[in-house]
Amino acid sequence: MSIASVIAVPFATRRRRRIIWIASSFVLLALAIAGLSLGDAAIPVPDVFAALFGRGEAGTRLIVVGWRLPRVVLGAAIGAMLALSGALFQVITRNPLGSPDILGFSAGAYTGALLVIIGGSVSTVALTAGAVGGGIASAALVFALVAWRGAGGTRLIIVGIALTAMLGAVNTMIELAADDVVAHTAAIWGAGSLNGIDGRWMPLILITFVLGGLAVAALAPGLTLYELGEDRATSLGVRPVRLRITAMLVGVVLLAVTIAAAGPIAFVALAAPQIARRVWRSGPMPFAASAMTGAVLLMFSDLLAARLFAPTMLPTGLVTIGIGGLYLAWMLSAANRRRR
Amino acid sequence: MTTLATGGRRRLRRPPDAVVLPIVVILLLTAVAVSIAVGPRTLTFDELFVALTAPTGTETDLIVRDVRLPRTFIGIAAGSALAVAGVIMQTLTRNPLAEPGLLGVNAGASLAVAIAIVVFRIGDFGATMWFAFLGAALASALVAVIGGVGRGASIGRLTLTGVAIGAVLSAATAALSLIDPHAYQSMRLWGAGALGGRSLDAAVLTLAVVAVGLVLVVLIAPGLGLLALGEDTARALGGRVGAARLGGFLAIVVLCGAATAAAGPIAFVGLLVPHALRAVFGPDTRRLLVYSALAGPILLLLADVLGALLIAPRSIPVGVMTAFLGAPVLVALVLSRRVQADGAPS
Repeated sequence: MSIASVIAVPFATRRRRRIIWIASSFVLLALAIAGLSLGDAAIPVPDVFAALFGRGEAGTRLIVVGWRLPRVVLGAAIGAMLALSGALFQVITRNPLGSPDILGFSAGAYTGALLVIIGGSVSTVALTAGAVGGGIASAALVFALVAWRGAGGTRLIIVGIALTAMLGAVNTMIELAADDVVAHTAAIWGAGSLNGIDGRWMPLILITFVLGGLAVAALAPGLTLYELGEDRATSLGVRPVRLRITAMLVGVVLLAVTIAAAGPIAFVALAAPQIARRVWRSGPMPFAASAMTGAVLLMFSDLLAARLFAPTMLPTGLVTIGIGGLYLAWMLSAANRRRR
Repeated sequence: MTTLATGGRRRLRRPPDAVVLPIVVILLLTAVAVSIAVGPRTLTFDELFVALTAPTGTETDLIVRDVRLPRTFIGIAAGSALAVAGVIMQTLTRNPLAEPGLLGVNAGASLAVAIAIVVFRIGDFGATMWFAFLGAALASALVAVIGGVGRGASIGRLTLTGVAIGAVLSAATAALSLIDPHAYQSMRLWGAGALGGRSLDAAVLTLAVVAVGLVLVVLIAPGLGLLALGEDTARALGGRVGAARLGGFLAIVVLCGAATAAAGPIAFVGLLVPHALRAVFGPDTRRLLVYSALAGPILLLLADVLGALLIAPRSIPVGVMTAFLGAPVLVALVLSRRVQADGAPS
């Protein structure tokens, strides 16, 4: 099988995918407008556009551009970053469940960030450094633990579940040992939420999103070959070990930055790549489509979290757990039905 | 290789019950004594004796009757319940990783209790327990159906289904408690898994319900023992497989429901205890059931005391402690030769 036969796609599928891209762009746009318009103070859509273009009342401009726009933009970027991270790990582990939150990296990144908070720092850079360090450390631990028995089957996943449980206990312990104010801040953030996110995260998130996206684009051809099997990829010039380590580092950094900004938002990394694969009918991992799906998924979840029990705003992570967990359960039961 | 190893293990002489049973009972009594005596204020034996036999309403008497005794009773009840439920689940599903916490049963009971508190405004402990039973039953049925129990579904898949369903149910619980600030306060500690904070009456009720569950387990123990040999063998030997399954399911629901209503979701006890015992006593199901009922409380009570001492004057919830102790065991199990993650236990 040559590279061309992997990449060449029938015309009907190409047309279908073009339609899905256009449709999903419209969905994304609609969610963005809804996010800017809906809230405790509902703002009519024409006023939203007026505010975006610098016209209209100063108060409306402040709400739309100052408060809601960062949340919408960052929500889309964070959703895309989570999905890309999940897509990378699912390819590396060759397992649709090999997402960073199941493997324990999210819990590890959260531990790192918590330690920074307890240490008394809340600057974006310190938080991010803590989260990246914690994520890389737990990723290294999981792979080291399974290395001598092979990562086959669900062994990697279950080791990840165990590490998640243990790090969860560590995190609860840190929260309990901290004083009340810090613990409360950490607990709300710990559910994973866009509620507290503001403009100061904009540069860091957008820079990571762009650089991470470029890195994934650069890795994608190699990863597509890697999915065909290690031997075939090696014979086509891919260096599997280096590819795995690079992809893992990119994945952990993408994930850790989102955790530093919004806390651990569960299941988007797991579900988005799988949903994208089904909707776009793609054999190899569709990275761009995953990013789009992740953005849509997180913006939708965030809208639901903010409006479902208004004026109480739920942490976004609770809604994504609901959606993602149901999706995972459905996926597992579908797999069961196929086996019979 | 595997057959040889198992054969070798079978030939090892198991320690006789006449020696081990008294040791385990003494350990349990020690754990109970330590649990009552140790806390923010450590009590002497004389103070304890007076408080238990002839209470006069002094401060120590109050501490013992209102704080320490309920905590210890709930530790005994929940420890027995979760460990025994773990053995039953591992037998019924033929999945060495099955555990009330991992398979989402505790999460189901928790959600039902949260619904009782937030939606129906029920504060009465006895009433929340009925909700916990219902939640445990629905969650275990759901995980069983989706995870494909009894159709040769892989062990990993059943565990993952439990984790997924558990995550969804816990998220719903968290959402409920966040909507209602009052409920959040009352569920915060409970949600982490804690033995303290219940009245003596509630503790006695929990003990009674768990005792009923254990009687049920005694009744179905022969059937479970046969099931452990495999379904076909059990049938061939005249075992009533359906009855044993149903009885086991009911026992799991009663035991997990009572434990979770009283102490919150506590994971890993049902994994840790049976596996530690299996390493000592081998795979005899009935023996495992008896020793689990005794050893579960030892683990839970000691973990609770340890949690109270580690970061005093604050205390670590016992659910956090068991996760900390149990997760390495899960890793060791998955990495060991005896559990093939994708196949049947070898």
